[in-house]
Amino acid sequence: MLEASGADDVRARARQLLADHNPATTPPLDFLRARFDAGLAWVHYPPGLGGLGTSRELQAVADAVLTKAGAPDNDPSRIGIGLGMAAPTILAFGTEEQKNRWLRPLWTGEEIWCQLFSEPGAGSDLAGLATRAVPEPDGDGPAAWRVNGQKVWTSQAHQARWAILVARTDPDVPKHAGLSYFVVDMTAPGVEVRPLRQLTGEAEFNEVFLSDVIIPDAQRLGAVGEGWRVATATLMNERVAIGGRTMPREGGMIAGAVRAWRQRPELRTPGLHDKLLRLWVDAEVARLAGARLRQQLAVGQPGPEGSAAKLVFARLNQEISGFEVELAGGEGLLYDDWTMRRPEGANFYGRGPGYRYLRAKGNSIEGGTSEILRNIVAERVLGLPPEIRVDKDVPWKDLPR
Amino acid sequence: MTEIPDLLYSEAENDLRQAVRSLFSERCHPADVIARTETAETYDAALWQALAGELGCAGLLVPEALGGAGASYREAAVVAEEAGRSVAPVPYLGSAVVATAALLSALAASGSQHDAEQDRKLLAALAAGTVTAALAVPFETGPGSELPATIRVVGPLAGDMSGAPRLTGTAPRVADALPADVLLVPADGVPYGLYAVDATAFGVTRTPVVSLDATRQLCDLTFDATPARRIAGGDAASAAVFAALAAGTAMLAAEQLGLAEQCVAMTVAYAKERRQFARQIGSFQAIKHRLADLWVSVAQARAAARYAAACLAGNDPDAAVAVSMAKAYCGDVAVKAAEECVQLHGGIGFTWEHPAHLYLKRAKSGSIAFGTPDRHRAVIGRLVGLPGPGETAPEESA
Repeated sequence: MLEASGADDVRARARQLLADHNPATTPPLDFLRARFDAGLAWVHYPPGLGGLGTSRELQAVADAVLTKAGAPDNDPSRIGIGLGMAAPTILAFGTEEQKNRWLRPLWTGEEIWCQLFSEPGAGSDLAGLATRAVPEPDGDGPAAWRVNGQKVWTSQAHQARWAILVARTDPDVPKHAGLSYFVVDMTAPGVEVRPLRQLTGEAEFNEVFLSDVIIPDAQRLGAVGEGWRVATATLMNERVAIGGRTMPREGGMIAGAVRAWRQRPELRTPGLHDKLLRLWVDAEVARLAGARLRQQLAVGQPGPEGSAAKLVFARLNQEISGFEVELAGGEGLLYDDWTMRRPEGANFYGRGPGYRYLRAKGNSIEGGTSEILRNIVAERVLGLPPEIRVDKDVPWKDLPR
Repeated sequence: MTEIPDLLYSEAENDLRQAVRSLFSERCHPADVIARTETAETYDAALWQALAGELGCAGLLVPEALGGAGASYREAAVVAEEAGRSVAPVPYLGSAVVATAALLSALAASGSQHDAEQDRKLLAALAAGTVTAALAVPFETGPGSELPATIRVVGPLAGDMSGAPRLTGTAPRVADALPADVLLVPADGVPYGLYAVDATAFGVTRTPVVSLDATRQLCDLTFDATPARRIAGGDAASAAVFAALAAGTAMLAAEQLGLAEQCVAMTVAYAKERRQFARQIGSFQAIKHRLADLWVSVAQARAAARYAAACLAGNDPDAAVAVSMAKAYCGDVAVKAAEECVQLHGGIGFTWEHPAHLYLKRAKSGSIAFGTPDRHRAVIGRLVGLPGPGETAPEESA
């Protein structure tokens, strides 16, 4: 092919895909598979793995053509962990065989992925995790690992076909050095998924118990003992995956508060008015700061301000939803429903103020607690001295637990 | 509401910042700033000459055709940030921003009428930094707030051949008027007007007052049958005063941002250097987390301040919200940053010798100037339709 401009080439390929597979008559899954094979799934991925090896920005060109033609999408919100965390890790650390096996059904949404990282005894201190992977004595078949342990806070484990897992393969070395990274078949014997009911009454998450689960060595990503490096790459991808578009003014959590304030004059008091105006300003400034962050990313100068975004988001969501419950007065004494349910995904802004208030409590814990994020800002952005660490050079098995 | 404007700094703005910062780092040492507060010359005339004359920072807002640099509030905000970072004792805010914005507004309204030629000359002189001016209103006056009718036009004096209108009255706590050559005075009369007065003219008294922020010493002004020249009257005068105060508010928010950044930088540096219990105090979480929170709020403040400057520069219809939001947010952040700066420096931060107090005093004083954060939040409440108890939003009364 001649040197066409990247955008024109992508546009032409998208039109060709539409010509070959009319979205109106092609079953959605067939279309998505064809789109993957045409390199228009994620254009910055290599050819043959759903991409064209071109720049990430050109994805928008393909998306625009396909969306306009009414083509189905892969419902990215349903497969966020696969797209945002598993896929980049597989691409970076997987063998050719692994990439060919997993990436296509991951992208099309045929196979849902989940993440087995956190444990009851390893939250902020993820590298201290205790799930053990022990090599199986060599039989006739391929080498394998026997895994035992408990994982927690796993979204979509009950729907997932595959999981990314970090487990301890060597307890005799310091904690970061003894980890390895695997892909687990969630249908394998010994994998048990139980809903984890949260303080809102429902269960978005799961506990996953791994009892003598056998993982073929061919499902290891990266070298033995390299699990921490692979996991860190995964978590970096999680941060990159966050971003999205700038919401409109009075979007997000503040929307419910201002709606209630405007509709219910009888609830207004001077103290709450002051609080509302402070929160309105905080929310609007946070929105502008988010827009500024995206402007920085767009011109290729990502700044350290990104670390601030989640801290602000968590605090604001909590304060605004707390305000809303207080504003509701007597109605704030009620709650919509404590029934145990399994919602499709997280919805921070759904249901009533009481639900929003309780759900927001998770925002300063999930995806890195606010305390850990403050450490990260202090150490990596401000260059302050690290915490004094007593566990860095001690074999994991000798750490007090 | 339109799309969010560019909130980043351009290359030219970064160059401007470097030039201003190196001027201040060479010629605005904290020890000298502290010492100057106890002299008769609390403003640094030589530093102002360098900033205005050599770097051309006094004329940023003035179009090139009128002798200025033809830049915008975006560039002016960068200079304000640097002035805040160095608590520079120069009349940049009062002269290059507030008085300049008043004159620009008046000139735009008057066109070629009356003695616009003199206004143009005055603007050119302000832009060159050879003349400085100040708006004769109390420093706490915010845009849109009602001005007290304390200065009146008393008409030409009998036997005065010039026939110049005369002003009589007082204006307390005026910023940047001490070093000013010209005072722009809003005065009651028929109609209400904005007047230019020579600061050394008959009947003008400037009484320095002991100010919380001695790096921007305020003074009380009195006028007693002082001859004046009318710049604008009626609505044009009100608009000029409003534009001046809005500009001052937004640029003060930028100044507060620069001040807060410097407080964080000083405190972080100190936390790495100071050792207690055989550790750098910056290794204690009690301190790290407070500094992290402060840095986060400064990052937020930067977006607010940039948005206000961009809205003023682009005549954005959201400018009123943007300006009040920046002032409310940056004012609180600057005060918090300066307070943390004092606290986390411990004993040395409580001394007269250490510059932390300069930042604390300027931050607290600045949070009151052009209206407190609370007053600006009240303005926002009216603008965005979030009325208080007993108030009525425009759409509710409709």
